[in-house]
Amino acid sequence: MTPLQIIFIIVAVITLFAAIKVVSSRNLVHAALWLILVLFGIAVFFVILSAGFFAAAQVVIYIGAIAILMIFTIMLTRRVARDSGAQHNSNWWAAAVLSLLLFTGLSWILSRWQGFQSTAQPMLESADPLRQLGEGLVAPGGYLIPFEVASILLVAALIGAITVAWERK
Amino acid sequence: MAFWDYLPIAILFVISAGLAAIAVGLGHLFGPRKPTPKKLEPYESGMNPFGPGTRRMPVRFYLVAVLFILFDIEVVFFLPWAVVLKDLGITGLVEMIVFVSILVVGFIYAWKKGALEWE
Repeated sequence: MTPLQIIFIIVAVITLFAAIKVVSSRNLVHAALWLILVLFGIAVFFVILSAGFFAAAQVVIYIGAIAILMIFTIMLTRRVARDSGAQHNSNWWAAAVLSLLLFTGLSWILSRWQGFQSTAQPMLESADPLRQLGEGLVAPGGYLIPFEVASILLVAALIGAITVAWERK
Repeated sequence: MAFWDYLPIAILFVISAGLAAIAVGLGHLFGPRKPTPKKLEPYESGMNPFGPGTRRMPVRFYLVAVLFILFDIEVVFFLPWAVVLKDLGITGLVEMIVFVSILVVGFIYAWKKGALEWE
């Protein structure tokens, strides 16, 4: 095993453990803190994939902004932060069977995909990943329309947030 | 390999975690422990702590956090664009003007609605 694979396995185990803690923690604030660890693990995966820009964006947006937003949202609630209700109901076995089926089906479909077996072409060492991303995003013939539509999505989120949270004086 | 460029960050994490562990661990190891209810209270700059640690926040914090995320994401879109701007020339500029002017509509809406004010 290469050192990179060992790092990947360690980070994957930590990320999965933190992800399980996110859904099993009784205290919602603790769940949010575990979520930050999950998001950080994903940032490390981006680094392993040589996607430095995505790793930085992951830390700045997901950990720096969205995790904070979630903690704010938890603190907006009155009692939800310490819910003492049951964490599962009598249908848990049906949910487990369904998720197992879904996982098997998805794995089967993915393993039949021809790209699953072949190794992806490594990027040229000389090429700057950020430059390639920029060209793919905004160069004519790239993903220009989705890029512009993203701004409409942002405006929609902004108006939605104001509608939900703005209090009339 | 680009991955090993991040080794200094990993070393920084290990050192900072280790320093914190040493600082807390040494005190734990050698310090005497005679806990009283007064000593176990959370430290609040010498004042008597009041209220629960997770008290409810006004909804304005939520609004500010959402606005922050949106403009954060906007900046993330700016960076790849700025890197290739010189190659694209005037086309790239027009693309970004379209992108920003859509966002300015939302910005004006937020401003007029008074969402940016904190009374």
